[in-house]
Amino acid sequence: MFGDIFNAQFVASSIRVAIPLALAGLGGVFSERSGVINIGLEGMILSGAFAAVAFTNFTQNPWAGVLGAILVGILLGLIHAVTCITFKANQIVSGVAINLFSSGITVFFSWLLFGETQIMVKSNLPIWGLPLPNIGEGSTFVRNIIVMFAHYSPLVYLTIVIFILAHLIIFKTPFGLRLRSVGEYPQAADTMGVNIVKMRYMAVMTSGALAGLAGSFLSLEQAHFFVKEMSGGRGFIALAAMIFGKWTPFGTAGAALLFGFGEALAMRLQGVLAIPVQFIHMVPYLLAIFVLVSAIGRATPMAAVGIPYEKEIG
Amino acid sequence: MPEIALEMKNITKRFPLVVANDKVNFTVYEGEIHALVGENGAGKSTLMSILYGLYQADSGQIFINREKVSIANPNVAINLKIGMVHQHFMLVPPLTVTENIILGMEPKKNNIFIDMENATKRVEELSKSMGFKIDPKAKIENISVGIQQRVEIIKVLYRGAEILVMDEPTAVLTPQEVEELFEILRSLKKQGKTIIFITHKLNEVKDLSDRVTVMRRGKVVGVKNTKDTNQEEIASMMVGRKVIFDIKKNPLNLRQTTLKVEKLKALNNKGLPAVKDNSFEIKEGEILGFAGVEGNGQTELVEVITGLRPASSGKIFLYDQDITNYSPRSIREDKIAHIPEDRRQRGIISNYTVAENLILGSHYRSPFNKGLALNFTAINNHANNLIKDFDIRPSDKDNFLKSLSGGNQQKVIVARELYGEPKLLIAAQPTRGLDVGSIEFVHQQILNERDKGKAILLISADLEEILSLSDRIAVIYEGEIVDILDPKKTDEKEIGLLMTGSTANKKLSKTK
Amino acid sequence: MKSIKKFDYFTLLEKITPLIAVVLALLVGAIVIILIGEDPVFVYKTLFSNAIGNRDGWGNVLFRATPLIFTGLTVAFAFRCGLFNIGGEGQMYIGTFLAAWVGFTFTNLPAFILIPLCILSAAAGGALWAAVPGILKAKTGVHEVIVTIMMNWIAASLTFFLVLKFKAPATEAMIAAGVKQMIPHTSEIAEAARLPRLYTIFKFLNIDFPAYNQVNMSFLIAVGVAILAYYILWKTNLGYEIRAVGYSPLAAEYGGISVAKNIVLAMVISGAFAGLVGTNEVMGYKYRWRPEIFTGLGFNGIAVALLGKNHPLGVVLAAILFGILNYGGSIVNIFTAGRIPRELIMVLQAVIVIFVVISDEVVKRLIRQRRKIL
Repeated sequence: MFGDIFNAQFVASSIRVAIPLALAGLGGVFSERSGVINIGLEGMILSGAFAAVAFTNFTQNPWAGVLGAILVGILLGLIHAVTCITFKANQIVSGVAINLFSSGITVFFSWLLFGETQIMVKSNLPIWGLPLPNIGEGSTFVRNIIVMFAHYSPLVYLTIVIFILAHLIIFKTPFGLRLRSVGEYPQAADTMGVNIVKMRYMAVMTSGALAGLAGSFLSLEQAHFFVKEMSGGRGFIALAAMIFGKWTPFGTAGAALLFGFGEALAMRLQGVLAIPVQFIHMVPYLLAIFVLVSAIGRATPMAAVGIPYEKEIG
Repeated sequence: MPEIALEMKNITKRFPLVVANDKVNFTVYEGEIHALVGENGAGKSTLMSILYGLYQADSGQIFINREKVSIANPNVAINLKIGMVHQHFMLVPPLTVTENIILGMEPKKNNIFIDMENATKRVEELSKSMGFKIDPKAKIENISVGIQQRVEIIKVLYRGAEILVMDEPTAVLTPQEVEELFEILRSLKKQGKTIIFITHKLNEVKDLSDRVTVMRRGKVVGVKNTKDTNQEEIASMMVGRKVIFDIKKNPLNLRQTTLKVEKLKALNNKGLPAVKDNSFEIKEGEILGFAGVEGNGQTELVEVITGLRPASSGKIFLYDQDITNYSPRSIREDKIAHIPEDRRQRGIISNYTVAENLILGSHYRSPFNKGLALNFTAINNHANNLIKDFDIRPSDKDNFLKSLSGGNQQKVIVARELYGEPKLLIAAQPTRGLDVGSIEFVHQQILNERDKGKAILLISADLEEILSLSDRIAVIYEGEIVDILDPKKTDEKEIGLLMTGSTANKKLSKTK
Repeated sequence: MKSIKKFDYFTLLEKITPLIAVVLALLVGAIVIILIGEDPVFVYKTLFSNAIGNRDGWGNVLFRATPLIFTGLTVAFAFRCGLFNIGGEGQMYIGTFLAAWVGFTFTNLPAFILIPLCILSAAAGGALWAAVPGILKAKTGVHEVIVTIMMNWIAASLTFFLVLKFKAPATEAMIAAGVKQMIPHTSEIAEAARLPRLYTIFKFLNIDFPAYNQVNMSFLIAVGVAILAYYILWKTNLGYEIRAVGYSPLAAEYGGISVAKNIVLAMVISGAFAGLVGTNEVMGYKYRWRPEIFTGLGFNGIAVALLGKNHPLGVVLAAILFGILNYGGSIVNIFTAGRIPRELIMVLQAVIVIFVVISDEVVKRLIRQRRKIL
C-alpha cells in the first residue's frame, strides 16, 4: 500500500502543486526581506495566470504568455510599491486592494477579449525531454522519478534555476546584503549609504514578477485554462510557506514541497479512507494555519517589515 | 604647535522647542584624544551629528585640516575621513561582523559576488592592528556589547577614518571592557588618529583625554587641558550652580510604611538582568527620589511595581498586602498611581480627547460607566473640573490630546493619576521636556500629595529636581541601589559622581 | 500649535477624501469605457438614472447594499481594534448556513420565536468562526490576516459538505426537465422563518412600490446593526477599551485594559456582523442556502469599510454607493448588450480603494504642512 501511495506519480503531483506556491513564496521573500509586506501576491498570481493565457492565445506562443505574466506581475508590483513606499500607505490595505483589483480586471478582460470566463489555452508549453542517464540496476522507484523528471515542463527547470539564483543573489552578492540590511535596520543601512527606496522598489517589483510567473504555471501548465478566481488562496498559502521557510529561498521551496506533499497525500488518502472530498480540500488551508502557529517564536520576521521608512530629522 | 584637525566655528542649531547649539566653537588638534562633556541635553550629540552630516547647522562653519567643508550627509563625512561610532550602534543584528563592516562598500569577486575571503582577511588585519581578536563570522546579535563596539570601530577604520567620534562609548560597557576600549583608543592615537569622545563620566575624562570641552544648555562653558583640571571642577562646570526652583517644603511627617520592596529582581526586554536585588521602603508623607542616568534599571523597576513587567524574584508589599505580579488593573484598583516615563506611548492615547484620556484607568467603573453605557454627563463634568483645577490649556475637553503641548499633556496625566486619592504615587521623569511653568506646576502637585500623607516614588535624571523634592535619595547605577542619601547632607557633585559610577569621595553621611 | 478639535476645517477635509477618491475612480472608469469604445456619458447616465431614478431601482440598490453594510461593519469594527478581519466571507458562510439550518429544521416554531432564533444563529455562526483567529491572535500573536483568509476557504469547503448532507431532494419538475447536474441547495426554510419584503411595509403606508422587489426587512436590520455598532464603539465601556487597544495597545495596557480580551471580543462581534448577511440572502430572498449566493462579498466589505472610513455611518453610505454601482452596472451590462461587462464595477471598486488609500495619505500630509504654518 505504501508503494501505491508514494510512487513517482505522487512526487510529480507534489511538485506540480508546490511550484506556484514556491515561486510566489519566493516573491514574498524578496519583498519582506526589504521590509515591505506583500499581501497582494494572490492578485498578482491571478493576473499572471490570466495574462499568460491571454498573451499565449493572441500570439499562439506560450513563451509570450510566460513573459506577459511576468510583465503584468511587475506592473502590479509597481503599483504596490508606489502606494506603500512613496505614499507610505498601510501595506496590508494596499495588498488587499491589489487582490480586489485583480479579481475584477481579470474577469473584465476575460469578457472583453474572449467573451467568456473560462478560457482554454490554445498553445501549450513544450515538454522538454532530458537525456536519461544510464541507471542500470537502480530501484524502480528511483527510475520512475528520473523518468518523470525527464519529462517535466520547462517551467519546472526554470523554477529550479530561479531558486538557485535567488539564493546566490540574496546571500552572496552586495545587492543581497543591502537588501537584508534594509529590511532589518534601515537606519543603519542609510548611514552606510544604501538607497532604501531603490532597494524596496526593486524588491517589490521582483515579488510581482515571481508571483506573475507562478500564475503562468498555474494556467499554462497545471490547468491549461484560465477561470476566474483560479488562484484559490495560493498567494496566502505562499506567505505561510515563506514564514515557515524562514524567509530563505530554499526554506520556502521546502515548505512549498511540504504543502505539495500534504495536498497530494490528502488526495491519495481520499481513495483509501472514507473522508468526504470537501475535507480533503480543507487540508492546504488547515496546514497553512498550523504552519503559521508553529512558526511563532521559531521564525522571526524582519525587524523593520511593515513600517514605512521615515528619515529621522531632528 | 600641533595641527588643527577640526574646527567648528559659531555653530548654531535650533529645534522647534530648544536651541541645541548656541554659537558653539569647538577645536580639536591632530592626534589628540578630546573629551566633549555635558549633561543630557547639553548639545554634545547634536554638535557631533552636525559634524557627521546627519543634521545641517543653521549657521556656522566647519573646517577640516584648515579647509572649509560642507557636510550634507554621512557619505560626505565618510569621504572626509570622519568616522562616527554612535551611542546606539548602527549594526544590523542578524548579520555577521564582516557583513556589517563591509555594508555599502563591499569588495567584489568577478564583479558580481561579494569577495568574502578578502573582506574577512581585511577585518582580521584591522582588528589585529588594534590589538584584539574578533570572530569575523559571528552574528552581531550573539556578541557582547563590548565586542559590538569594536565592530563599530573597525567599520569606521575600514572606511579610512582619521577623525573618530565616539558618542558615550562606555555607557554600555563593563569596567573591564572600558579598560580594553581605552587601550584600543590609546593605540589608535599612537597611529596618529584624532579621537573625540562624548561622555558624562568624569573619571574617564581624567584617565583618557588630553583636553576637554564642557557644554551646558547648548553653549560651551569651558575648554581645558585635562592635566590642568580635576573632576570637581569639570563637574561644577557641567552642572552649574544655580538652583532654578526655590521650593519650600513642609517639615517631614512620616507615618506608616506604604511601599516595601524586598530583593526585587527583573529582566529587561533582552532577557538580561535589569533590576538587581533592589530593596527599599517608602513611608506615608515621604518622597523617595531615585537619581540615575537613564538606562540603569529605573524603567524596569517602575514597570515591575506597576504590573507591566514580571518580577523574576522578590516581593512588593503595599501596606501589608503582597502585590507582586498583580495585573495593571489590580494595581490601579489598589490605588497606586503612575505618571509614566514614556508619556507619548504609555501615558496618553493621542487620538482620544482630553475627556477620554482623563478617565483612562477608571473608565469601567462608576460614575463613568453605568451598566451598558458610558455616563457622559459624569465624564464631561469630571473633565471640566480637572481642566479647571489643573489649568489645562486649551480648556476644551473635546480637543484631541495630540494637539496639546507636552506640558499640558503631562497635566492631563497628573490630573488623572491624582484623582481618586492614590496611596502611592510613582512619578517617572515627570518634568522631562516641559517648560518652566509646567515644571513648577508638577513639582507643586507632587509636594501637595506629600503633605496629604501619600508616599511618592520619584525617578528623575535631573539632579536639581531630585535634590529639591526628595526626602531621601537613592542612587541607582547598573540596576543596583548604590547608596541612599540625605539631601540636606549631600550635593549634586557627590550624587553626580555616584550616578556615573565613581565610588571615590563618599565622604558624606548616609541614611537608610 | 492650533488645537485639533473634533470638528474643524481640517478634520472635515480628512472626512471627504472618500468623495475625492470616488470621483477620481469614476474618471478612470470613464477612460476605460472610452477605450472600450463606448460613451461614458451614456453609461453613467444609464447607471445612475436606473439605479436611483425610480423606486424599483432604489429597492434593488438597498437590497444589494444590505449584505455590504454587514460585511463593511465587520471590517470596520475589527479595524477599530487594530485588527484586519478579512474573514468576512467565511464568517458569512457559516452564519448564513446556521440560520438556514435552524430555519428548515425547527419548522414547528412560531414566527415570533423562529425569526429571532434564526437571526441569532446567523450572528452566532459568524461570531464562532471569527473567534478562532481572534483567540489565536490574542494567545499566540499569529497575524490574523492570513488566518482569516484560510478560514474563508475552510468555511467554503465545510459548508459545501453540509449542503450536500442537507441537500433538498430533486423536485419532480426538475426530474421531468431532465436536470441532471443540480447545484446543491438545502430545503427551504419554514414560512415562519421568512422575513417580509419591504413592499409589505410600503403597502401598509400606502406608498406605491413594486411587489416583486426583493428588498426586505433585512435592510432595516442592517441599519439597526449599524446603529448598534456605533453605540457599542462610542457609547459603551467596551467600545472605549476596543478603540483604546486599536489606537495604542501600550497605553491601553498601562490603563489596566486587557489587550487580549478585547482582541477576541472585537473579532467575535465583527464576525457576528458578517454572519448576519444570512438575514438578507436566506431569510429575506431565496429562503434556502446555495453555495453560489456569495461572490466576493467579504472582500467588497473591505472596500466599503475603507470608503466609509471605518465608521458605521460611512459604511452605510458607502454600501449604498456600492449598491448603486452594482445594480447600475448590471443594468448597463444589459443596455449595452453585454459590451460593458459587469466586472467593470469590480475594477472600479478596487480603483476606489487604491485612490482612497492614496488620497488619505496625501491629504494627511497637506494638513500636517498647513497646520505647521498656521
